Amino acid sequence: MNSEEHIIAPVESAAADEDIIIVRDLNKWFGQFHVLKSLNLNVKKGERIVICGPSGSGKSTFIRCINHLEAHQRGEIIVDGVVLNEDLKNIEAIRREVGMVFQHFNLFPHLSVLENCLLAPIWVRKTPRKEAIEIAMEYLERVKIPEQAHKYPGQLSGGQQQRVAIARSLCMKPKIMLFDEPTSALDPEMIKEVLDVMIELAGSGMTMLCVTHEMGFAKTVADRVIFMDGGECVEEGPPQSFFNNPQQPRTREFLDQILQH
Amino acid sequence: MAVHQPLPDLPPPPSERGLWGWFRQNLFSTWYNSIASLVVGYLLIIWLGPVINWALISAVWTGEGTDDCRPGAACWIFIQQRLGFFLYGFYPAELRWRPNIVFVLFLITVVPQFFPRAPGRKWLALFGITGLPVLGFVLINGGFFGLDPVATSRWGGLMLTLILAYVGIIAALPIGVVLALGRRSEMPVIRGICVTFIEFWRAVPLITILFMASVMLPLFLPQGVSFDKLLRALIGITLFQSAYMAEVVRGGLQAIPKGQYEAAQALGFGYWRSMRLIILPQALKIVIPGIANTVISLFKDTTLVLIIGLFDLLGAVRSTLSDPAWRSVAAEGYLFVALCFWIFCFGMSRYSHNLEKKLDTGHKT
Repeated sequence: MNSEEHIIAPVESAAADEDIIIVRDLNKWFGQFHVLKSLNLNVKKGERIVICGPSGSGKSTFIRCINHLEAHQRGEIIVDGVVLNEDLKNIEAIRREVGMVFQHFNLFPHLSVLENCLLAPIWVRKTPRKEAIEIAMEYLERVKIPEQAHKYPGQLSGGQQQRVAIARSLCMKPKIMLFDEPTSALDPEMIKEVLDVMIELAGSGMTMLCVTHEMGFAKTVADRVIFMDGGECVEEGPPQSFFNNPQQPRTREFLDQILQH
Repeated sequence: MAVHQPLPDLPPPPSERGLWGWFRQNLFSTWYNSIASLVVGYLLIIWLGPVINWALISAVWTGEGTDDCRPGAACWIFIQQRLGFFLYGFYPAELRWRPNIVFVLFLITVVPQFFPRAPGRKWLALFGITGLPVLGFVLINGGFFGLDPVATSRWGGLMLTLILAYVGIIAALPIGVVLALGRRSEMPVIRGICVTFIEFWRAVPLITILFMASVMLPLFLPQGVSFDKLLRALIGITLFQSAYMAEVVRGGLQAIPKGQYEAAQALGFGYWRSMRLIILPQALKIVIPGIANTVISLFKDTTLVLIIGLFDLLGAVRSTLSDPAWRSVAAEGYLFVALCFWIFCFGMSRYSHNLEKKLDTGHKT
């Protein structure tokens, strides 16, 4: 099969101002290695997108480009109307509006759960402390751990830490949330509590991009599923057709591998 | 099949408690441990006994001069008679209230740092690193507000040791942090400057630096421009130790996982804020033992100013020992110096332990 057939035409964009994320012809290299190959993506406000694919397919790198944790070399990324380039002001403006949840939580271990949630609103958003505390407690309640507010991250379980990490991002009132394999480092019994929080968040209309292997989550929540392999977008579509009727043989092979047990 | 019932939690088995239990467990657990304990105990008694007898029990505490001393007993008259010189050097006796005030202020800022619940501890610390050095200079040096000026060449003794160490410590730590950050910078020019600076100062012995500062620097300065000798020594010591400090701090920075930097970035923190609020608090906490090491060695290295003709505590004692009247009491003199240094260095060591315990939030990322 030649690679021409893999390439999916970019999603027909609706009115451009509805698209909160626009990615055009995104290319990235790690040294000689071409990790992202001409990716295109338009995300509408409130849209929930799941990105899946084998390890090393570039899916994490892709969403890390969206808040410039990774720099891209060619192509264009526009987030919430701001062009992502090397200009630090633009990068920081975008990062204020884009929350990110990491595989390994990355909570700040020297600060209590509450202080973790206060730091960015107070120092980056300049929210008064009292108001920031109210917001933080509201989100800690939403992720169902207000009673842990004064503990340190090291005293919590993995699932609790990840929920704190979600609350910490939400405290910045972001317009977009990026999830980079949020459940991959968790024990099986804790995956559900994190997914429940993410499902609740999806229901509230948040724009979400999730890299995940949780196909059940993709089926219930996603508006679109994107399958990446070798740095390319191989196939994308609504979960219904993606799971039941995959077009590409590579997609079928991948789904067979992960769904057979 | 029976439904699984979880087992109840039981208390751990009792271990041997009390003084006797401790002795049994640590000193007399086996026959060879018992023999070793007895032998070591016997040696301690026959060696330590005479030392204690010499230094405390039969020691001479008061008198006029070496004539009052007895052979085979410590002669603390020496310390008692020359204490003013050991503490202040040639600082005029009638003006010693000025360094005394500074020392009291120093105690007021430092002692509460050992007690986490002391009120206003943070403000005192801030005063300690900003106001105290300025106020200390005004008071000890004089020349302002009608205070008689006292030339730095007359400063000496423990006072000089503490001034050198205190200024060196509070200057070397921030400079070291900046150098460590610079060495990890992505900007090649800044990184180059920091690497060169660190590698230069770290590769030269402190004695050489002090010699250069006192002998060579004046050769390069234009005629008539003089640079205070104490200031030169202070700059030399500070820059020398900041290079060490930089490497200690860099070790801490390298121990912080990449995820911490990324989480800070993703939340919209810029470089300086993420360093100040997120990275440095963790990195410095990790390297507290290393920082304490550097600080203690800085404190002890201040004795090297002796070779450029400044009379710190050790210098003051040594110069007194060259006086024929006191020639026979060298052991007492050096013991006194060692005790003074031990008190301050042990204090710093305890403080760093306290700090480690206080800042421990119980896990690694």
